[in-house]
Formats: sequence, structure tokens, C-alpha cells
Amino acid sequence: MTRKQRRLTLIGISGLILALALGLVLYAMNDTIVFFHSPADIEAKNVQPGTRFRLGGLVKTGSVERKDNQVVVFEVMDVQSARMVRYQGILPDLFREGQGVIAEGALDPSGVFRADTVLAKHDESYMPREVADTLRRQGHWKEQKDAPQQAKR
Amino acid sequence: MIVEAGHFALALALGLSLVQFAVPLWGARVNDPVLMNVAPTTALAVFGCVGFAFLALLIAYVSSDFSVLNVVENSHSTKPLIYKISGVWGNHEGSMLLWILILTAFGAVVALARRSVPIKLKANTLAVQAAVTIAFLLFILITSNPFKRVVPMPSEGQDLNPLLQDPGLAIHPPLLYVGYVGFSITFAFACAALIDGRIDAVWARIVRPWTLAAWAFLTLGIAMGSYWAYYELGWGGWWFWDPVENASLMPWLAGTALVHSTVVMEKRNALKVWTILLSILTFSLSLLGTFLVRSGVLTSVHSFAVDPARGIFILGILIAFIGGSFALFAWRAPLLQQGGLFAPVSREGALVLNNLFLTTACATVFIGTLYPLALEALTGEKISVGAPFFNFTFLPLIVPLLLILPFGQTLAWKRGNLLGTTQRLFVAMGLSLAITLALIALTFGGPVLAPLGVGLGIFLILGSLNEVVTRSWSKGSSWAVVWRKATALPRSTWGTVLAHAGIGLTVIGIAAQAWSVESIGALKPGGVLKAGSYQVRLESVKPRAAFNYREDVASLNVSHDGRELGTLETMKRLYVTRGMPTTEAGIMTIGLSQIYASLGEVQADGSIGLRLYYKPLVLLIWIGSLIMAFGGALSLSDRRLRVGAPSRAQTFQTLPAPAE
Repeated sequence: MTRKQRRLTLIGISGLILALALGLVLYAMNDTIVFFHSPADIEAKNVQPGTRFRLGGLVKTGSVERKDNQVVVFEVMDVQSARMVRYQGILPDLFREGQGVIAEGALDPSGVFRADTVLAKHDESYMPREVADTLRRQGHWKEQKDAPQQAKR
Repeated sequence: MIVEAGHFALALALGLSLVQFAVPLWGARVNDPVLMNVAPTTALAVFGCVGFAFLALLIAYVSSDFSVLNVVENSHSTKPLIYKISGVWGNHEGSMLLWILILTAFGAVVALARRSVPIKLKANTLAVQAAVTIAFLLFILITSNPFKRVVPMPSEGQDLNPLLQDPGLAIHPPLLYVGYVGFSITFAFACAALIDGRIDAVWARIVRPWTLAAWAFLTLGIAMGSYWAYYELGWGGWWFWDPVENASLMPWLAGTALVHSTVVMEKRNALKVWTILLSILTFSLSLLGTFLVRSGVLTSVHSFAVDPARGIFILGILIAFIGGSFALFAWRAPLLQQGGLFAPVSREGALVLNNLFLTTACATVFIGTLYPLALEALTGEKISVGAPFFNFTFLPLIVPLLLILPFGQTLAWKRGNLLGTTQRLFVAMGLSLAITLALIALTFGGPVLAPLGVGLGIFLILGSLNEVVTRSWSKGSSWAVVWRKATALPRSTWGTVLAHAGIGLTVIGIAAQAWSVESIGALKPGGVLKAGSYQVRLESVKPRAAFNYREDVASLNVSHDGRELGTLETMKRLYVTRGMPTTEAGIMTIGLSQIYASLGEVQADGSIGLRLYYKPLVLLIWIGSLIMAFGGALSLSDRRLRVGAPSRAQTFQTLPAPAE
């Protein structure tokens, strides 16, 4: 092999691998990405049943209902609206009424959000950032200046 | 008093670091050995100061000095001693102090070790190291002072986040930080080479142990963190493709590429500019990791409440160092003498392929981790990029790399022979293919990828052990001869073989998870839940109290095909001081597999929720990682790296590129 051929081989292989990676990334971007919506966004953006997304907000106080077979039904709310969520399984330790929560899943035809994942957090004072942003945008969120600073890793 | 002294020591360290930065850099420029020799002395002094500061904080924690805000927020007088100690780095300020401690410790080791490091290279390296130290000392002194007092002094602390009260988390951050920060040395050496405008195989030989050490620690740190998440979070997952995890995976991937490219540089004096770039990139990714974890810009299952002002400071450090080093690279790299090109089919050709795959895979992780941030900044749209994205993009890039790995390891330097290599791997390929086919037949109807993955893992193990066999065994030789030859192989060879076999084990462990069984149910005492061929019976649920938490303990009786295997306990805990609940998974290890149980809430009818998993061969994931790290350590202890470079190191001349 001449120098030129060697160089071309190297460039060719690098190009191939990069093209493969680029193709994979672009394809995956279309297919595997999940949007985040607050309950009010669902109507505003007309989210269709069956589309996977993350729903975030506060767990409405008094809405948590435990049924048979570990089914839990609760409402996730922001300032403007609330959405019924149904989840089967074991909830994370820090799931509480009045606290921030993020659930992943899709709407069923009747408009109930069927979650297959409910996100847990390590920290009891932690508010998921998306939820905090939504509430702040809707003028509901106050930074808790006087509250004691909580644990950071 | 000691607290103020600790604070003062940090300020002193800052002043000394400024000297360590400016004087040797100038000395190297004007070629003054006296000025250059300031570097090792100040590096040791800075380490001494930071060490004292760390000790001061440690004493405040151990003696539960609640006049210090940091101790109040993260400690409690009834906490066990080990968590009082680990509490030092179980919070933002303390963990940054640990970061700097490790950084300066590495600087001190460079200052002390390896007299064969040319004085100019050493001076420049320590100066760059000092620049990093200055930035982080400023960060800690301005935004995150761990020595802040609180008036009036509370009588009791707020306790450490219960999830962090765990032996795994006591050692995970130090291991991870040694890995992250270890790459700062490689970075400093790379910048020094750029400043000097010279680089050769000797440079690679000096840098390689540092890279290996950092890589081995990072491997341990990631494995430890993954195992901690597995048993502590109670969902039975061991890797979530979470931003915080990705933040440690990216430097690991780049570091793995670096470990391999320095071999090419050392043996063949090629890939020089690439290696420099990779050194800079790896440490940049380490800094990015620190930023992502510390700033809280990403939503993560591992994130803790954070202060955005600090994020901006770290972002500033990030931009300064990444931008600065890349500018230095763009300016000086053309001065470096290029190495020669080489045949595509050769060991070095295979290592280039390794680097291409690893850096590309790293890039996809990078895109997946940062794309949500970029999109939100540009359009305000919030998205989440989760496991499906990474599985889809990362795996197709890593699997081919793993497939060609044994070939690369078997190929000769300079001019390889693909046919001969394939013949030498014939046994390994045949055996792993046979096992894969047998597994497919046995588990017909189950997940298809699992047997393929296990087969790949076996191929990796056999393929890497093949090197030992071919180098020590020949027809008719006695076992004693084989043994003598095998043990006489260089430690770096054994290190390579073990590290690669370790990946094989990890791959088998990961692939076998496709066969894991999950079941969820609600049980009353006496009730039975099945996971695969295993079943558990709930014996009892009893309350129990320890000095800093209360818990409900469920005793589960595990049996397999009617044979009793024993009892495992799983707990739902409530840490009293913070009123925070945690789930303590109950794990029973059966060989390399595990039965994993975690409790849910008490249901309306009085039964208790239970999540049960059977996870076959799951321990291999971490055993493989441990073996990988051990392989790195073994390579590190190779005589070649300890003895140092021959005499040409003193003159530090550029070697001519090898003839084609």
C-alpha cells in the first residue's frame, strides 16, 4: 500500500463510523425522545392519546387513591389544570401529596394519563426543575429563601 | 480555632498556587533551573495546606462542632463515626474540598516521583496543574466555603441525607474523584508538551501510568456507583442512562481511548497530536461531569438540590480551561512533529479503530446528554432523552468494537496478517459460536439478544486468554514449562488480558439481564410471590428501631423448586431527623445471581406491596469491572513503566519518525 492509499483507508473508515453514528443519532432523535408537558400544556399543545411524554406537576393533595393490585390513581396539577394519572406498581419513597412529581407514559383514549414510570428523587426538598419552571412561569413558585439549605451531594 | 486555621490554609494554598503557576512557567521560558525547581517545592506546600484544611473539616465533623454551618447541615451527633467521616464529602462544599485535595495530591506525587521526568516538562506540567488548582480554590473560597460559622450555634445537626448513609457512598465519591482528577495530570502533561512544542515516545511513557491509574480508579468509581444505585434505590436497575451517570461515562470512554492511544505513541511514536487532543478532551469531559453534577442544570434521578450561582462559576472554569487548552492546541499543535502513517491491518491500525469507535460512542452520549439543554435554551421546549436513545445509538457502536477487540489484541505490530490472526482465534471463535448456538437452542422463544451477548462475552474472554496460551504453550511442552512461560510474561500483557476478559464478564452480566424476571404483588403474611422458578413467602412484617431510624422489616423465605434457600430481610426505613423514608432492598446472592426484593406501601386491605426480581448472573457486571480495574493496576506495576525511560529522557529529544 502506498502512503496515499493508507491515508485514504483511514479517512474512509473514520467517515464510515462517523456516518453510522450520525445516522443512528438522527434516527433515534426522531423516535426515542420524550417531551415534557405540564397538565395545562396537554390541552394547549393538543397532545394525542398514545404519544409518550413526561407529565410533571404537583401531586394534588387529597387525590391519591390506592386500589387493588397496587394500582394508584392520583392527580397531577399545575396552577391552571389537573390531570388524572393511573400507575400500577410501587411508588418511589418520596412520592407525597403536595410534592413535585414526574411521570412518564401516555394518555389513554379517555384522557387518563397511564404512567409506567414515576420518577424518584434522592432528596426530600428537591423539586424537579421542569416542574419548578412551570410553576414559576405560572407565577406560583416562590423561592424559599428562609428555608434551611438542604443536602447537596 | 482549627476551623479558622483550615480556612486560612486554603487561602494560603491559593497564594502558593499562584507562585506554583507563574514562576516555573517563566523559568521554563527563560530556561532557568532555579525558577523551574520552584514548582515541585510549591506543589508539595500547596498539598500540605489543602491537606491541613481537609483535616480541619474532618475534625469539625468527627467532634460534631455545630458552630460550623456545613457540619450542622450534614451531620448529627448520633450518627455512626464512619458516616461522620464520609459526611465530609457527602455535601457540596466538602466534596469540592476533596476534589482539590486529590488534585493537589496528584501534583505532589508528580513533584516527588520520577526523577527521570525532564525538569522543563515537570515545571510546565506543575504550572498547568496549579492553574486548575487556582480556579477551584477560588471557587471554593468565593462560593462554597465549608468553614462558615453559624451564630447562634444550634445544639444538634440536621443529619446527612439518609441515602448517603451507606458504606458504598462513603467510598464512591473518593474513587470517582481520583479518576476524574487523575486525568488532570494527563491534561497538564499535554498542555506542557504544547507549551514546550515537543513531544515524543518518552512523553507517552511518562504519561501512561497516570492515565492508567486514573482510568482504573474511574472504572472502580463508576462500578461502585452503579452497584450503590442498584441496591439503594430499590428499583433493581444498575444503569439508568441518567445525565449524572453519563457525566462519568464520557470521561471513561475518552480515557479508555487515551489508554490505548498512548500505547501506540509509546511503541510506534505515532498518533501524537491525536493523543494530546484526547488528553485535553478527557479532562474537559471530567470538568463537564463536575459541572453537570454540581450545577443541577440537568434533571437527574441522582440530583440533589443545588445553587445556580455555583453552576455559573463552574461553567466559567469549564469555558476557561476547555477554551484555553483548545486554543493552545490550535496554536501549538502544528509545531509538533507528526508521526508516520501505518498499515491499516496491524495492531496500531486496530487501536486506531478502537479510538474511533470509543470517541464516536462518547460523542453520541455527549449529544444525548446535552441535547435537551441545548434545545431548551434555543426553543424552550423541554424533552428528555432516555435509555431508548442511548441503547439505540451506543450499542451499535460498542458491539462492533467488542467484536474486533480480540482480533486487534492478536494482530502483530507494524504489519499484521488478518488470515493468520483469524486462524489463531479459531478455537475462541468456534467455542463461543457453539455456546451461543447451544444457548439459543436452550432458551428458544426467549429474548434473542441475550444468547448473542453472552456469546460475545465468551468470545472476549477466550480471545484475550488466547494471547497467554499462544505465547506460553507449544506442542509437546510440559505444564511446568507452560506455567513458567505464562508467569514470565510481562505484567502489562497480563493486564491487557485481564482488562479485556473483564469486559467479557461485564458483557455476559449485562446480556443475562434480558433473562431477569420481575414480579410485583401485594402480600399478607403467609402469602407467596413467584419470580421465575424462585418463590418467596412473606413470613412477617415487624417494626424495629435503631438510634437514627425506625423501620418495618419484612422477612421473606426464599425457595427454589420446593427447596428452601433461606431468609432475606427487606426494610422500609424512616430516618427520624429528616422524616425521610428510604427503601432498603433485600438481596440474596445465589452463586452469581441474585434475588432482589423491595417493599412498597401498605395497601388498603392491610397487605404490603412487594417487588421481586430474579437477576441471573447480575454480579458479573461488577466483578467484570473490578477485574478490568485490576488489569489496569497490573499494567501499571509493569517493570517497563516503573524503571522509566532510558537515557534519552534526560535530553528529551524528538525521535525521528520510524521509517515506513
